[in-house]
Amino acid sequence: MSDKSPTRELTFAEAIREGTALCLARDPRAFVIGLGVPDPKGIFGTTAELAAEFGADRALDVPLSENALTGLVIGAALGGMRPILTHQRVDFALLSLEQIVNQAAKWYYMFDGRGGTIPIVIRMIIGRGWGQGPQHAQSLSSWFAHIPGLKVVAPASPADAKGLLVASVEDDNPVIFLEHRWLHNMRGPVPEGYHRTPLGECLVARSGSDVTVVASSHMVIEALRAADFASAHAGVEMEVVDVRCLNPLDFETIANSVKKTRGLVVADDDTRQCGFAAEIVARVGEAGLKLNAPPVRVTYPDCASPSSSALAAVYYPAAPDLFLAAARIVGRGASLVDKFPKRPCPVDVPYLEFPGPF
Amino acid sequence: MMANSPVPLSQPPRAETSSQICDRLWRLYLEMLRIRVIERRIAERYGEKEMRCPVHLSIGQEAVAVGVCAHLRKQDKVMSAHRSHGHYLAKGGNIRAMLAELYGREAGCCGGRGGSMHLIDREAGFWGAVPIVGSTMPIALGLALADKRRGGDELTTAFFGEGATEEGVFTETLNLACVLRVPMLFICENNGFSVYTPLSLRRAPDFEFGSYVRSHGSLYFSGHGNDVEEVFALTGQALSAMRQDPGRPCVVEFSTWRYYEHCGPGQDDHLGYREAEQIKHWAERCPLAVARTRLLALSPALDPEMTAAEKRYIREIDAVIENVRSSPMPDAATLQRGVFAP
Ligand SMILES: Cc1ncc(C[n+]2csc(CCOP(=O)(O)OP(=O)(O)O)c2C)c(N)n1
Repeated sequence: MSDKSPTRELTFAEAIREGTALCLARDPRAFVIGLGVPDPKGIFGTTAELAAEFGADRALDVPLSENALTGLVIGAALGGMRPILTHQRVDFALLSLEQIVNQAAKWYYMFDGRGGTIPIVIRMIIGRGWGQGPQHAQSLSSWFAHIPGLKVVAPASPADAKGLLVASVEDDNPVIFLEHRWLHNMRGPVPEGYHRTPLGECLVARSGSDVTVVASSHMVIEALRAADFASAHAGVEMEVVDVRCLNPLDFETIANSVKKTRGLVVADDDTRQCGFAAEIVARVGEAGLKLNAPPVRVTYPDCASPSSSALAAVYYPAAPDLFLAAARIVGRGASLVDKFPKRPCPVDVPYLEFPGPF
Repeated sequence: MMANSPVPLSQPPRAETSSQICDRLWRLYLEMLRIRVIERRIAERYGEKEMRCPVHLSIGQEAVAVGVCAHLRKQDKVMSAHRSHGHYLAKGGNIRAMLAELYGREAGCCGGRGGSMHLIDREAGFWGAVPIVGSTMPIALGLALADKRRGGDELTTAFFGEGATEEGVFTETLNLACVLRVPMLFICENNGFSVYTPLSLRRAPDFEFGSYVRSHGSLYFSGHGNDVEEVFALTGQALSAMRQDPGRPCVVEFSTWRYYEHCGPGQDDHLGYREAEQIKHWAERCPLAVARTRLLALSPALDPEMTAAEKRYIREIDAVIENVRSSPMPDAATLQRGVFAP
């Protein structure tokens, strides 16, 4: 790991691009493959110019064949390569669930180690906004985290996007790398050079003594906004634990936080029933950790993600919801939710200038 | 089943002497016989309920496995599907590890985690079989791609049944192989049935598999899969066509027939899902009987050697089975070993 001071800022997308380029430069076995990888948009900039820099056979465009492509990268990994497969939406990767779940996830286990390892990274983008609707804006992170043998990574910051991507490429297991579309254009400090963030370690993104918010991916951003407000206006100190890696899960960091705060909100960019938030609540319960108030899950409601901005506005939980949950647990400040600053832009875009459509 | 064969003789390459031909056929025959004996024993002992996993026997389809694998070197790679015993054995897979797997033993090729439908022996070049129909085709393509990138000269072959060609993944894989110019060999064993469902319910009457394959840019050959010499010759033709046209994948389709039920140790023709005429047609074309008749015409003195070889194979498999049955089951403490690679 590099210890260089993280002064320089990049967007999340640039950070992924930088991490990918480092992997390609460092390891001749690595390559990126997926629909649109070398096209002019370069997967929202995350693969921009990789083909020019590393050659067309290190950054491949492909036919629309998600399932066979997944098999192909599994086989290539067995043959000694280290592929990164990209999907512009999680929703498209559903056509490859057979290969992901039956083959990649199980290969090492089912052949008792003799089948070889499957060092692949499958990048999937979680869509949101601009009316993308039921089949371009779901997360399904809980599904993947449910499958033994898959590592599931969901970075929330540019630094982690780079560090976790590098660590995912280095890992000998299949890694599902979930990128929330609303994170791609966020800026933040990113360490230079070959920087890796180990898989399976939560990050305490903000410390606080009153209530723990466990969040991943874009929900971390919402949680941090909520925590800023809570601290400034309600005197409530929310501790934000960024899960970073849903499987394997660093429960210890979560448990330590909950022991300290005795309050738990779980924020998950996914529907509720049988979801990751339920898993965290269950583990806290099983561990016998004492809570001062019942835990709260803040998730998408149990329906598909609707297109209309009027419906999207009530579908996606946001910072005020997290603040409200935390304030109720702590027992003070809940009425201040009305003072929560209005979003500076419509609810269906990440920021005012966002041009759409994807 | 052991009837005289009307299967047409394939044309041997001109340069070969008849004794070379006889030698080769004898080796092919012995390998088919070995596989037949092993699978027959599996069927016979299945009722003891010690092999507690589904088995898909390839009895009747040995010629394809043997005729194709006879061209392959140890380092060449093979993948297969649910009906893979023949492919595994013909590729040189370890017999004890296979039987131990069927018996759920620790010494099994998957340590007892897979059963009959998950065979693997990478040292022998058998890179894995899984029972999701069609699933190993793209994985084999990935292996072939990695070899190509490395500049290796290994050939990768995927064996599958014609049912697998109905899965989208077949078309995706074939197209990818053509687009990426990866020379891999697809061996399709067309036994006419997907479990009980005949081809007539799965393809429109004018569906043409060969044109479909060729239209993607792949090479295509087809022939009799119950004549091991024809399988051998046609595979040889396919391989030389691939050498002449580097970067092109090749699909070879062999017609064949399974003599046993889809899954399990018995025969099920009494169920009536296969027509009596077809059953008779294929009974007269048992791949072992075809080869045997031809061998005896070339060299009648082989008759007692055939009997002796069969006895030897029976002794060998019985010894393996006894050895495996007395070997330990997996330790329950290892249940979660290897969920993640270290
Ligand atoms: C994806 C999938 N669908 C269905 C099945 C159930 N199944 C197992 S074998 C089989 C028949 C396959 O026929 P074919 O590929 O021609 O092989 P054969 O059994 O004839 O050797 C079916 C439908 C399966 N294993 N995988």
